[in-house]
Amino acid sequence: MKFIDEFRDGNVAQGIARAIAAAVSPARRYNFMEFCGGHTHAIARYGLPDLLPSEVRMIHGPGCPVCVLPIGRIDLAIKLALEDGVILCTYADTVRVPASGGLSLLRAKARGGDIRMVYAVSDALKVARDHPDREVVFFAIGFETTTPPTAVAILQAASEGLKNFSVLCCHVLTPAAIMNILDSPAVAEPGAVPLDGFVGPAHVSTVIGSRPYEGFAAQFHKPVVIAGFEPLDMMQAILMLVRQVNEGRAEVENEFSRAVTREGNVKAQKLVAEVFELRPSFEWRGLGEVPNSALRIRECYGEYDAERRYTLEYVKVEDNKACECGAILRGVKRPTDCKIFGTVCTPENPMGSCMVSSEGACAAHYTYGRYKDAAVAISSHAP
Amino acid sequence: MSSEVKYARRLDLKNGRVDMSHGGGGRAMLQLISELFARPLGNEYLAQGDDGACLPAAQGRLVVSTDSHVVSPLFFPGGDIGSLAVHGTVNDVAVMGATPLYLTAGFILEEGFPLADLARIAVSMARAAQEAGVKLVAGDTKVVEQGKGDGVFITTTGIGILPEGLHLSGNQARPGDVVLLSGSLGDHGVAIMSQRENLSFASAILSDSAALNGLTSAMLASGAVLRVMRDPTRGGLAATLNEIAQQSGVGIHLEEAAIPVKPEVEAACELLGLDPLNIANEGKLIAICAAEDAEKLLAAMRAHPQGAQAAIIGRVVEDASAFVQMKTRFGGRRMVDWLSGEQLPRIC
Repeated sequence: MKFIDEFRDGNVAQGIARAIAAAVSPARRYNFMEFCGGHTHAIARYGLPDLLPSEVRMIHGPGCPVCVLPIGRIDLAIKLALEDGVILCTYADTVRVPASGGLSLLRAKARGGDIRMVYAVSDALKVARDHPDREVVFFAIGFETTTPPTAVAILQAASEGLKNFSVLCCHVLTPAAIMNILDSPAVAEPGAVPLDGFVGPAHVSTVIGSRPYEGFAAQFHKPVVIAGFEPLDMMQAILMLVRQVNEGRAEVENEFSRAVTREGNVKAQKLVAEVFELRPSFEWRGLGEVPNSALRIRECYGEYDAERRYTLEYVKVEDNKACECGAILRGVKRPTDCKIFGTVCTPENPMGSCMVSSEGACAAHYTYGRYKDAAVAISSHAP
Repeated sequence: MSSEVKYARRLDLKNGRVDMSHGGGGRAMLQLISELFARPLGNEYLAQGDDGACLPAAQGRLVVSTDSHVVSPLFFPGGDIGSLAVHGTVNDVAVMGATPLYLTAGFILEEGFPLADLARIAVSMARAAQEAGVKLVAGDTKVVEQGKGDGVFITTTGIGILPEGLHLSGNQARPGDVVLLSGSLGDHGVAIMSQRENLSFASAILSDSAALNGLTSAMLASGAVLRVMRDPTRGGLAATLNEIAQQSGVGIHLEEAAIPVKPEVEAACELLGLDPLNIANEGKLIAICAAEDAEKLLAAMRAHPQGAQAAIIGRVVEDASAFVQMKTRFGGRRMVDWLSGEQLPRIC
C-alpha cells in the first residue's frame, strides 16, 4: 500500500498548511462543510484541524449513512428478524444503532433473531443460495456508492431465479440532502450559520460525477470542491475552497480527478436506474422528511422488495428530546453544544444518530478530539 | 494415568469423532484423556492421576491468571487454539514479572468434533508448553451436544512465581516515564480475519502468537526498573494504554511514526476500515519504565528475537483526564480511545 502513504505525507501537509495560512484573509471566517462521514473521520483521525489556521472551521455534515438512518427503519429490520423469522444480512456498522423499545439489531440478535453481518451484498446472496429453505433479507443502506452493488444483486437474484432473497431498501441521495441543508431556515437566516463552501464527497462522486453539484453551487452561490478521502486530499480541497471564497467564485472543482469525472460512472447509474426509482419523500434521522432524497425498488422488481413482500408499514419514531443531532447535522451546532454529549450519549450507548457510527460528527469528536474539550475546560478555569 | 490402561480398541484418531460418552465419566472419557491428551501433554504431575495436582511449594509469591479461548477458526496462519491457549495464559503471568511454571486446561468439546483435529490441538499445546517451559498439571474435559458449542473451547489457568521485591502494575506509570512496544501491531487479529469465511482475501500474514516469558526475563535481567508490562491482546494497544492511563491517573502521548505496523497489516486494515491500534496481538508486550532506563531496556528487548523490532513509542505525561493522545504521522494530534463495541468477535 505504498500509494497510500503518498497521500498521508506529513511534510507535504505542512506545505499545504502554510499555503492555506497564507491564503486566508484574517478579516473573515471560512466555514466549510464536509458532507461525507468519510471526510469527517479522516479529519478527526489525522488531526487535520491542528494544521488549519483559526479562520478555517470544518463543519461535519450528514453524510454518514448509518447516522441518518431513522429509528423506524431499524425497527422494520428488527421486525423482519424477530417476527418474520428471516435471516437478516446487514453491514456491521448498523447493528448498534438504537431502535425502539431499547432494542438494536445486536440486541435483537441476542433475543434469537438470525442477524448476520456481511461485508458486501454479494455475501447476502450467498447466504440465500446456501439456505434455500429460509427467507433472506439484505438491509441495504448507504449513499450512491453502495447503491449500484445492491442493484446488481437484485438483477443477479432475478437472473438466477433466487426466490428467497429480498432487499429492505434504505438507499439515500447526496445532492438532495445538501439542498435540504442549504434550504433549511436555520441555515438560511442571515448570519446564522454562514456555510461558505462544501467539500464534496469522494466515493459518491465517482458514481454520480461532479455534474449534480453544479446546480446548487450556482443557485446558492456556494463553492464545491470534490475531494478524496486521504488527508492530503482534504488539505488541498480546503486550499481550493479558500481561494474560491477569496475570489468570489462558486464553482464545482474536482480535487479527486484521479477517480471522479464530470459524468461519473454511467454504467453504474444505468444499473441503478433500471432497478430503483425516486421515493417522493424519505425520513432522515436528524433532518426529518426530505423530498426526493431516497430510492425504492421499482415495481417490476417488486418480488425482491422486502417492504412489499412483508407489507411493512413505516412508523416514524421520535428521537430523544435532548438530542441535538438535527442541528449538528446541519452545522448549526457543534457536538459539545449538546447537553447529553459524552454524558448520556456515548459511542457505547448512543442516543442520537451522530454518535452511532465512527463517521458521525459526535462519535468522531468523542473518539478522537475530546482531549481538546478538557484542555478548554482546564484553561477556562485557570486563574 | 501412570499406568496406561490398554483398551480393546484404540481411539480412531483418523476418522473418529467426539461423542457424548467422551464426557460421561466412563471408560470412553478415560481413554480419550489417556490416549489423546496425556500422551503429548503428560508429565509427573499429570501422572499423579488424582482429583488435584500436588505441586511443590515455591519461594516467592504466586501469580495466577486464567483465560478462556473461543477463537474462530480453530486453526489459523501462525497457530491454533491449542498453542494460543498456552501462549495467552503464559503471557498474562509473564508480564506480571513472574516465571510461569504450571498450567491447567479445561476443554469444552462439541459432540461430533473430529478426534484428528483434537489430537492436533493437544500436540500443539504440548509443543507450546514445552517451548515456554511450563507443565500442564491438571485438566478437565466436558462434552456438549452438537450445536451447543463450536468445536472446542479451552480455558487455561497459569501459575507462576514472582520474586520478592518485584511489583509491576498498571498503576505504577509516572509522568516522564517512557512507553516501549516489543514489535509490530495487529498481526494476530489480521491473520484471524483473513481466514474468516466472509473475509477470505488472500493474505500471507501470520499470527504473532508466542510465549513472551523469554523476552520478559531478558527485560527483567537488564537491570532497568520496570513499572508496567502488559500484553495488548483484545482491544489492542489502544485499550491496554487506556487501562494503564486510568489505573495510574496519567496521560500517555504516542508518536504514530514510531509504532511498528507491517505494510500488509496496514493494507488489510485500510481495506477493512480498522485501526491497527485496536487490533489484538498475542505475542507482543508494552513496557513502561523510567526515562533514564529506557535505552537500556530497549537494547535488552532488541537483543531478544521477540523484541527485535522493539521501539520507544511514547511517554507518560500528567493529565487528570487520563487521555491517551497521539501525534499522527500527518502532523496533527488525536485521541486514542477505547474501542466501542465489539470490533472482531472471537479473536482469541
